[in-house]
Amino acid sequence: MSMLEIKGLSVHYGMIHAVKDLSMQVNAGEIVALIGANGAGKSTLLKTISGLLPKTSGSITTLEQDITHSSPVKIVGLGVIHVPEGRRVFSGLSVLENLQMGAYSKKDKSAIKESLAEVFAHFPILQERLSQDAATLSGGEQQMLAIGRALMAKPKLLLLDEPSMGLAPILVKEIFSIITSIHESGTTVLLVEQNARMALSIADRGYVMETGRLVLQGTGKELAESAQVQKVYLGG
Amino acid sequence: MKRWLTLPTLCWCVFAIGLYGLLQLLIEIGVISVVWQITLANIGINVILAVSLNLILGISGQFSLGHAAFMGIGAYAGGIVLKMLPGYTGMLLGALAGLLISALAALVIAVPTLRLRGDYLAIATLGFGEIIRIIINNMKITNGAAGLSNIPAVANLTVIYFTIVLTLIIVCNFKNSAPGRACISIKEDEIASEAMGIPTTRYKVIAFVLGAMLASLAGVLYASSFYVIKPTYFAFAQSINILVIVVFGGMGSMTGSVVAALVLGVINYLLQSLPNERMIVYAVAIILIMVFRPKGLMGNFELSFARLKSLQDIKALPALWKDKILAVLARLKNKRQKEDA
Repeated sequence: MSMLEIKGLSVHYGMIHAVKDLSMQVNAGEIVALIGANGAGKSTLLKTISGLLPKTSGSITTLEQDITHSSPVKIVGLGVIHVPEGRRVFSGLSVLENLQMGAYSKKDKSAIKESLAEVFAHFPILQERLSQDAATLSGGEQQMLAIGRALMAKPKLLLLDEPSMGLAPILVKEIFSIITSIHESGTTVLLVEQNARMALSIADRGYVMETGRLVLQGTGKELAESAQVQKVYLGG
Repeated sequence: MKRWLTLPTLCWCVFAIGLYGLLQLLIEIGVISVVWQITLANIGINVILAVSLNLILGISGQFSLGHAAFMGIGAYAGGIVLKMLPGYTGMLLGALAGLLISALAALVIAVPTLRLRGDYLAIATLGFGEIIRIIINNMKITNGAAGLSNIPAVANLTVIYFTIVLTLIIVCNFKNSAPGRACISIKEDEIASEAMGIPTTRYKVIAFVLGAMLASLAGVLYASSFYVIKPTYFAFAQSINILVIVVFGGMGSMTGSVVAALVLGVINYLLQSLPNERMIVYAVAIILIMVFRPKGLMGNFELSFARLKSLQDIKALPALWKDKILAVLARLKNKRQKEDA
């Protein structure tokens, strides 16, 4: 079953045609990587999926439900959760409150407790920082909090935008291994990355995006070995 | 029921009633003169205005420059009803009318404009404030530009005091509730809040309408304390006055708003003998504080008894304060020794 199906999607930023007639799909249980250079339209695509940006044309469905014109509130309710680029944790709120905001769409208190325990299993460090202001966390911890906050909403499909941005290589490794374990516990992942090597190494399939269009697709391994990707994105 | 009767709540009750008793005692024995009582009434009304704007600006991060308009709505609703029906009943009915009208007006302005962000919202609310002023200026029932005079003075310090208490209870509880946290997340990061499925427009409207209603309450108190109201009192300049108190005290800190209203009110009063130089000194004082404390007097500090878990903690407080004072003194001493060396 397809978790996400995009058909002929176009998005405009004012006069700029940021996403051009794009079609892709993510099957349930996959990790799909979307790689591409700065300004290719990757983040725009994620924001459009989660309903933060209006579409010009095309359609988006998740689990056979049309979400082309749905509000972000409804899309979150269907289990499509977006971790925006640049972490964007709520400073001024504690780590616990940040996580609680992630569970905003959930009303069942015992279920929230369970998801909290799950988040702590993935990110033990957050439990130690529970009452600390989110702004005082390190970059890596903030990224963990941003992902943990999204997990609180019980995602079926997790949209990750540049989780490795601005992190030390050792932390990038840690974040990616956590993404793998989140995937293993049954969440489908659509991963946008500039760190193509890392992204393709954990992805089942991948797409390469250039100036609003998909130019290549294949399994993670195929893409990592393709001459074009190696030349442009892997520096070899 | 048990959840409400906690030690911090009890502390707040004792604090509020104790402060009220002290105020009454000082008035009774003549320490607070009649002139000071008027100043205090003014300060009290400013506290309500600042706290209500702080709810909009400091908690949900919406930049409103039309807050005085809601005060005006309350003042005129209160004034008109009070002139027809003097006494507490009149004031209560006037307050109800003010709350209703300002809530409706806030809703009408909020739904289209709260989709705007930052400076655009500021301009839109500024325009809205002027519209309200001009409407008041041109209506018969409000007596046009001449304004209303001889409004029965029903409100006294007691009424103002307990309205402040009520306002603070409402706003502080809102701040610590789930909707309050949603508002804070919207202020911190609107895109992330939206991505978490928080209905951002709804919460912005809730905070805006609640703030507007509380401001209209301050307007009612103003009309029934100072006999005369005119449309010019509720113009742009008044909105700025309220904004100054909020920013001066610290955005998001209710303690800050209360302290800033007090400090600015007292400065204003002390400078009354220098009518020409007053605004200059006032402005310099504000600039200095903003330079040295850009987050406002209180930053985002909030006076709280929440850390007191048991009576034991209260007994331990003097010792804690003593330790803190000693630590500060020691630091000063160290500094001086270093400078000497």
